[in-house]
Amino acid sequence: MNFKRLITYSFLVLILGLVQILLLKNLALFGIAFCFLYLLAILSLPITIPNISLLLVSFGIGLMIDVFYDTLGMHALAATFLAFIRPFWLKIISPTGGYDDTTDPTISEMGFGWFLTYSLPLVFAFCLVFFLADQWGTGGILNVLNKSFFSSIFTVILAIIVQLLFFKRRRGI
Amino acid sequence: MLRILQFLYGLRSFLLFALLEVLAIWLIVANNSPQGAAFFNSSSAVIGSVLKTQSDVVDFFSLAKENEALLEENAKLTEELKAIKLIPDSARIELDSTLKVSFEFKGARIVGNSLRFSQNHLTINKGEKDGIKPGMGVFNQEGVVGRVKSVSTNYAVVISLLNTGLLVSSKIKSNGVFGTVNWDGKNSRQAKMLYIPRHVTAQAGDTIVTSGFNAVFPEGIPIGIISSINQTGDPNYLDILIDLSTDFSKVKYVYLVENTELSERDSLNQQSKIQDEF
Repeated sequence: MNFKRLITYSFLVLILGLVQILLLKNLALFGIAFCFLYLLAILSLPITIPNISLLLVSFGIGLMIDVFYDTLGMHALAATFLAFIRPFWLKIISPTGGYDDTTDPTISEMGFGWFLTYSLPLVFAFCLVFFLADQWGTGGILNVLNKSFFSSIFTVILAIIVQLLFFKRRRGI
Repeated sequence: MLRILQFLYGLRSFLLFALLEVLAIWLIVANNSPQGAAFFNSSSAVIGSVLKTQSDVVDFFSLAKENEALLEENAKLTEELKAIKLIPDSARIELDSTLKVSFEFKGARIVGNSLRFSQNHLTINKGEKDGIKPGMGVFNQEGVVGRVKSVSTNYAVVISLLNTGLLVSSKIKSNGVFGTVNWDGKNSRQAKMLYIPRHVTAQAGDTIVTSGFNAVFPEGIPIGIISSINQTGDPNYLDILIDLSTDFSKVKYVYLVENTELSERDSLNQQSKIQDEF
């Protein structure tokens, strides 16, 4: 990862974090569909990133969000879990011939269908861990599944919209 | 030995994963004990000021409604004041401690709020500097809001009543039977009233207020209204569902109450070996 991309990613994390804290924190459609848009920052890290850095970055981002949510540890827990299963899932859904070294897992590079199969299960896993931690001891596994299902769909839809609107199109030439 | 090290090196990402998860779980557990030490949360200066700026902007749009609520409360207070004002020619009897004021009130604005999780918290814009202490009760004109968890110089974090870890000592206003109000984590407008024995006759529509037994809240602050009573489940206690009188999605300004005799009551309880369960 060269210096320019590092700057771009830090900027992306900052913007998504701010949007999450300032706009999406108290948003819950019908009381069940939450939006964890900041996961887009973890999802769009380069495919070739080493596992160790991926885990540390995700933990850091999760902890940042946690501090503002007053849910210390819960986002970090779930985000680290997402980061842990991301390489395995990438390996499973890799296209024939594998990935290019320079590709990012985004819509503009990999296509719409691929992004959907890539992001939806990962975000669902995140939501599952997050809401399990949130509802621990209060029972209601159905409630957890319900919230996870709708939250993951909502998050992925918003992530797709953000990518289509703001991410750079495929480079020319 | 080398083989073991190589094996561990191969597992390094899993080991890091496990380590981070354990760290996260430890943070969750350490942070969730209601009176436990909270290291970093939204009461710290930087985070508090970000939340405050956000609420400065958002609150602007609800100013009209806030004014209306304040006006309403002012009117109510004026009415009450009229009723208790001394008439100049009446005789005065000095009572030593019966009517002594043991509660102090303060006002604050909410700058951060959550209500969709199981452990919800609020952040207020007053802190140690303004005399806020952990353990103070928080309420507004509608009813009970929560209890202060931790304070920094300028901000404080409040455990919302919508937090499965908070218990509020309360009673049914009509017959004085006391129990505990606890949120079940489901609906942000409803909570459960626990430990009301089966022989008690209570009806839907009865008011629930604070009991004043746990020395956090003064007696008689509204909590909610009974919405339904069931005899299912526990053989000893009634299953009472209450509609909370506070609308947590709209709280903007709150009052904080401090019991100036709390330490005295606590040390008395300790002397007589009573554990205060609230």
